[in-house]
Amino acid sequence: MIHVGLTHFLFISSILFSLGIFGIVTRRNAVMVLMGIELMLNAANINFIAFARYGNFGLQGQIMALFVIVVAAAEAAIALAIVLNIYKIFSTVNVDEIDTLKD
Amino acid sequence: MNVDYLVNSLYLIKPELAIASALVLLVLIDLIMGNNKKFLPYVAIAGLIAAAYFIIGQFGMNSLAFVSKSNKGMIIADPFGAFFKGIVVFASLFVVYFSIKSDEIKASFERHGEYYTLIFGMILGMFFMISASDLILIYISLELVSFSSYVLAGFTKTALRNSEAALKYVIYGGVSSGIMLFGISILYGITGSTNLYEINSLIQSSSIPNLTFILSGILIFVGIGYKISAAPFHFWTPDVYEGAPITITAFLSVASKAAGFALLIRFIKITFIKSVDSAGYWQLVDLIDWKTFFIFLSIITMTLGNFAALWQDNLKRMLAYSSIAHAGYLLLGMAVLSNQGMIAIIIYFAVYAITNLGAFFVVMLIANKIGSENIDDYKGLGYSQPFLGVSLAIFLISLTGLPPTAGFIGKLYLFIALVDAKMITLAVIALLNSVVALYYYIRVLKNLFLSRPANGTFEFKVSFSNGLVLVLLAAPIIILGIYFTPLVDLAKNSMQILGF
Repeated sequence: MIHVGLTHFLFISSILFSLGIFGIVTRRNAVMVLMGIELMLNAANINFIAFARYGNFGLQGQIMALFVIVVAAAEAAIALAIVLNIYKIFSTVNVDEIDTLKD
Repeated sequence: MNVDYLVNSLYLIKPELAIASALVLLVLIDLIMGNNKKFLPYVAIAGLIAAAYFIIGQFGMNSLAFVSKSNKGMIIADPFGAFFKGIVVFASLFVVYFSIKSDEIKASFERHGEYYTLIFGMILGMFFMISASDLILIYISLELVSFSSYVLAGFTKTALRNSEAALKYVIYGGVSSGIMLFGISILYGITGSTNLYEINSLIQSSSIPNLTFILSGILIFVGIGYKISAAPFHFWTPDVYEGAPITITAFLSVASKAAGFALLIRFIKITFIKSVDSAGYWQLVDLIDWKTFFIFLSIITMTLGNFAALWQDNLKRMLAYSSIAHAGYLLLGMAVLSNQGMIAIIIYFAVYAITNLGAFFVVMLIANKIGSENIDDYKGLGYSQPFLGVSLAIFLISLTGLPPTAGFIGKLYLFIALVDAKMITLAVIALLNSVVALYYYIRVLKNLFLSRPANGTFEFKVSFSNGLVLVLLAAPIIILGIYFTPLVDLAKNSMQILGF
């Protein structure tokens, strides 16, 4: 029997965070980039809850996680609205092709 | 915590309450009045004046709001916060006026309700960012500012560059705030608290894992660095500043940066400080070499900003790079790590706020008429529009930091702080940077005054109210350049951060 401890959670959250960064850097589709950002936020959420549970720090961590969920939802709503608008104007959501502003 | 205490805490956040009520009022009036949107800016201005009145009251305060058994307090009311909130309100008042006059904003008349509501959302977020003493509140307020500004950057939905600016802003912003949140989660994990004062007392009393602590600090700095557009987190700045409506650009470059700097100074000074010695130098916790960190950061930020600005033809984009360079100068004040450096930052910021608002106002007035921000289209403006030309010249000279403008006073105090801290090499590097900056500012002036105008380009009149606002912005720059004692006194009064 493996005992699941804090380290396991931290391990998963760091993997998730790295996957988020990887997605942001490699994906060209704006929606996929936004999904990478969501992964990063959720990695932080796992951290908060794991620390609150195993560190006996009280409820602050869990409250923070709740706030982050709401913030992530708002962020997704705003970002997708902007991406939709981009699609209407540029007919593409490829972040590499949207480059009218340049030096 | 009892009800009385909550009510008493409410007295400490009056400016925030004023802004929040104005926000609700704006939504209601927009709904009730339907197509008559003429009143909205006046409601906005009334709300801002109320907030300004309450902020003046905060200069005498020094206390924490929302204290409970498990938390040492969420919000700080102190002179330092009052000063930066004052800057935000000052900038907002002018931005609301600019918005009334801007053709870009006028074009989407039916969405004015949203526009002012979002601006107020941003102001509310900045107020909380400036006065927060808890990591939860810091993150939420930072996101409140960001979300409102993402939408505002792409406010004119049909314009190509607006939408692109919004997309770039939302992606860079989302990534950096995500990284910051991860840093906050690690900091929470190793200290067990989200309150800055509690984290500070923990750092001082017990030994904590250094490497993890540095890592979390750097991750958090990504979020703050993005807000103040310090290198290497500045990539969004030129694109967003060029693409966004010009009123929003002015607002981002002044108010958003003020909130970012207030957050940075407060975060460093409350979380990492051990003591302040008699000469006013801060003794920080020995985690990293703080001085080297800030010196490195400020040098790359200002050098990058100044050199990239050299070959910009779009004035808005040039001002974006110049604002990156100014963030670098302001970070010099952080590198000193002393009360004197902080006073220098406050003086510099007050001057920078007035000057930048003025410069963007002139750019907006000209863009309204000729529909371009290209420096080549400004040729001969100084002859046909001497009033606009001279005011723009004053603003640009002040941004360079030449006497007799207020910009010189800002730089002077910054350099005095550096020399007093025996950081003369750094002062010389900053001075050389100012010389580089002189080149691109003067290039605009050359176009204004040394070239002949093409026929009939600038046949328009500056209205009386626009002229008055321009004088209101240009006069303080000259006056403060000669008689700057009030500014220095204000800065000395507003460097008081609660606790240290």
